[in-house]
Amino acid sequence: MLPVSYYVGLSAVLFAIGALGVLIRRNAIIIFMSIELMLNAANLAFVAFARVHEALSGQIFVFFVITVAAAEVAVGLALIVAIFRNKQSIDVDQMSSLKG
Amino acid sequence: MTPELITFILLASIAVASGLGMLFSRNAVYSAIYLIINFITVAVFYLLLGGAFIAVSQVAVYAGAIMVLFLFVIMLLGAEKLGRSGDTLPWQRPLAIILGLGLVAETLYILFFQAGELVALKDLPEGFGSPSSVGSVLFQEYLLPFEVTSILLLVAMIGAIILTRQEKKNAGR
Amino acid sequence: MLLSEIATSGPDFFYLAPWVVFFPVIGLLINMIFGGRLGEKAVGGIASTASGLTFVVAVLLLISLRTHHEGATVLLAEWISIGELQLDWAFRVDTLSTTMMLVVGGVGTLIHIYAIGYMHEDVRYKNDPGRFRRFFAFLNLFIAAMMILVTGDNYLMLFVGWEGVGLCSFLLIGFWYEMDTLAQASTANAMAAKKAFITNRVGDFGFLIAGMIMFWAFKSVQFDTVFEAAHHVAEHNPGVILAITLFMLLGVAGKSAQIPLYVWLPDAMAGPTPVSALIHAATMVTAGVYLVARSAPLYTLVPQAQFIVAIVGGATALFAATIAVGQYDIKRVLAYSTISQLGFMVAAVGMGAFVAGMFHLVTHAFFKALLFLSAGSVILGVERGHHHAAHGHHHDDHAHEHNEVFDPGDMRNMGGIRKRMPLTFWVYIIGSLALAGIFPLAGFWSKDEILAEALSLNFTVYILLAVAAFFTAFYMGRQVWMVFFGEPKHEAAEQAEESPPVMTVPLMVLAALSILGGALNLPGLGTFTHWIEHTYEKFHLHLHHGEFNITVAITSTVLALLAIGLSWVLYGRKAVTQDQPDPLKRILGPVFVGMENKWWVDELYWAVILNPYIALARFTADVIDWRFWHDWFHDKVIAGTFQWVSRTLLDRWFDQRGIDGFANGLADSTKELAQWLRGIQTGFVRNYALSVFIGVVVILGYLILQ
Repeated sequence: MLPVSYYVGLSAVLFAIGALGVLIRRNAIIIFMSIELMLNAANLAFVAFARVHEALSGQIFVFFVITVAAAEVAVGLALIVAIFRNKQSIDVDQMSSLKG
Repeated sequence: MTPELITFILLASIAVASGLGMLFSRNAVYSAIYLIINFITVAVFYLLLGGAFIAVSQVAVYAGAIMVLFLFVIMLLGAEKLGRSGDTLPWQRPLAIILGLGLVAETLYILFFQAGELVALKDLPEGFGSPSSVGSVLFQEYLLPFEVTSILLLVAMIGAIILTRQEKKNAGR
Repeated sequence: MLLSEIATSGPDFFYLAPWVVFFPVIGLLINMIFGGRLGEKAVGGIASTASGLTFVVAVLLLISLRTHHEGATVLLAEWISIGELQLDWAFRVDTLSTTMMLVVGGVGTLIHIYAIGYMHEDVRYKNDPGRFRRFFAFLNLFIAAMMILVTGDNYLMLFVGWEGVGLCSFLLIGFWYEMDTLAQASTANAMAAKKAFITNRVGDFGFLIAGMIMFWAFKSVQFDTVFEAAHHVAEHNPGVILAITLFMLLGVAGKSAQIPLYVWLPDAMAGPTPVSALIHAATMVTAGVYLVARSAPLYTLVPQAQFIVAIVGGATALFAATIAVGQYDIKRVLAYSTISQLGFMVAAVGMGAFVAGMFHLVTHAFFKALLFLSAGSVILGVERGHHHAAHGHHHDDHAHEHNEVFDPGDMRNMGGIRKRMPLTFWVYIIGSLALAGIFPLAGFWSKDEILAEALSLNFTVYILLAVAAFFTAFYMGRQVWMVFFGEPKHEAAEQAEESPPVMTVPLMVLAALSILGGALNLPGLGTFTHWIEHTYEKFHLHLHHGEFNITVAITSTVLALLAIGLSWVLYGRKAVTQDQPDPLKRILGPVFVGMENKWWVDELYWAVILNPYIALARFTADVIDWRFWHDWFHDKVIAGTFQWVSRTLLDRWFDQRGIDGFANGLADSTKELAQWLRGIQTGFVRNYALSVFIGVVVILGYLILQ
């Protein structure tokens, strides 16, 4: 049996990749996918810890996170559609009308 | 090098590679495909960690439903690629990469030097992570959150409909 | 059984003591609140009733004391309680205070009744009937204050009454403050009132100092406490007792008009005549005598103080008597006579003859009140005559002749009044003979007791008093000859009218008292002596028992008769008018001029005290206050500095540069900061995400390093 640390480390790497996606990419949809990746990384860590502690609560949390992610995606994509209707673009850098 | 480790390295490489692929693809459709691969790989990890039900849910909900929705929106909007408008924040990319590496370094430092090795000492009991066991916990201990989740989904659904509804300006008035 | 018990124990009315103060206060309040709607008779009646009730209470106290010699202290309320100072508002009833209460209440009531008649005419002549009520309110206030003075159980309460009677004296001397005694517009009466008040202030200052030393030495000003501790203190520190008694003498000199503070009393005759009788002859001025008699346990400890008091009294007695000889105003003669008689009393109590002093106080109250009231009757009678004369002449078109100022009090305008006012004449004769000390009138007994005591105690004082007694008889004879005998020297005197019964009845009562007053303390019986002794018994004071000295009695009587004869030689045979000099002047020359001019004491005080004082006051006002303090110090130094500080320092530097600079700088720097910080708000959501990410990495790094 591998140490669970490996899985958690992998989770961290995936989380960092997701975060980079949010920070680097301008495409709103890809940013969204990066957020999904980050959530996924967190889920992996949850499952890993559930394995260590032999507690199903971790998996239940993953279940909830997936549910929330689904809801979030529904609303988020709806937002992107609405924005696209107004701006004819999903480039987040063009959505800077709140510039100080 | 135990077979387990080999399997892990293999799968981890696929996961990281698919993640990076998602990150660097010019085309949003490719990104989505890479992400699906990543999700499936993670689902395999769930299986390895004894979460059979979660793994199935992952594949069904994420790789299935959510990513289909993504692809659908990408194609609906025709937003595979953005027009080349030049990078508005040129200094953000290197800074973000440095910070990302920093985060990974910090996390690994904590994992391997401060938290101590996290090792599962015992074998899992029979049926751990099976649908029935997850279900019994979910409907006993987490019944209220579960029900609240259903409300959340309902609200999200209504929200999505209202946000995307075409405003019929002055129609019918 | 029961009856005999009552007979031995006797009734006890001591609890009534506070009512000697309450009754006049009630009368005063009724007159002040409702007096405006009541008539003159009701106002006077209420005031007289209030005064009369105090007399009734005093009589009841007298009855109680006949069986309970030790008297009582009636506690009314706790007054002052500060640290060591514990003072009660308590009424001390003993034979001494009850004697004073009887005199004040009795003579006071008679004078109240008399004043109803007198003030009725007085306010009419002076054209201000509204003052009638005010007069009686003041009189009742005086009775209340005097009662506080004599019943107080401690020196502070005594002082309250002392100041209260001083205030009433001031108010009543200046009763006609906007006119003089001749009803001409003038500030003379107000000045007289002020003089009395300020002169008394000098004395009160002495009294106050005495009280403070007493509190310092005894930690109390309560009579019994002080007197019991006096022996002890005197042994260790006789100087303290001497200081207390001498400072107290200053107070006595002020209130009882002794040298050097007597000058206010003659001027106090500016008040209405009942006031002169009540306050400035019979009662208030005797407060000093009462004070010394009350403080007997202190005075007997220091023979030096006793000697000084006696000398002051004797000197005053003689000095004032000589001045009285040279006066022409009927009331002024009586005023100096009062000073002289007060000198007798002070000399007596100073020598230690407390009983003789108190005895003379009582008889003097009778006959001096009688004399003043009769004098008032004479003045009003002459005024009435003047009125008639002017009225009569009006028809003869000679009215303008009488518009000139006519002084109804000048004895040179009188003469022959005996026929016009027989009743007043007779009572006046009685009063004069009593004052002159002719057997068997009241004055004879009391004055002879003083003289007899003086002969055995202090020969210097005896000489002074004997000479003074001679002068007393002389000036009284002079006055009687000038006023009542001979031919009228003015048509006003010719047409003078007798006063109404409301005035003459009190005169007759007082005349009876003046005749019989000597019976209080007849030689051999010594009723009054034993009576007063009860007060001193508990302090173990060995009072000197005045023996009746037949030699002294005969000497003084001979002297008095001689003086009266001499006055007849000079004044009885030939009338003195305003045009010709006094017959005595031809004999005595410059000495009489001195008497006439009151030995220039007022002028001396003006030159030595008042003028330098006024000059000093003017200097301090003009130079120190106005020029230095106001012009230089206030305007230049304070205002200038303030303006410099406010304009230059505070306004220009502190406010404009400091405060404004700070406030503006704050605003400016906030603006600049905001200008700079707005750059952070790029509007790029990725930027915001980056800052969150930076935060995550930094916080994680911090947790690791921790």
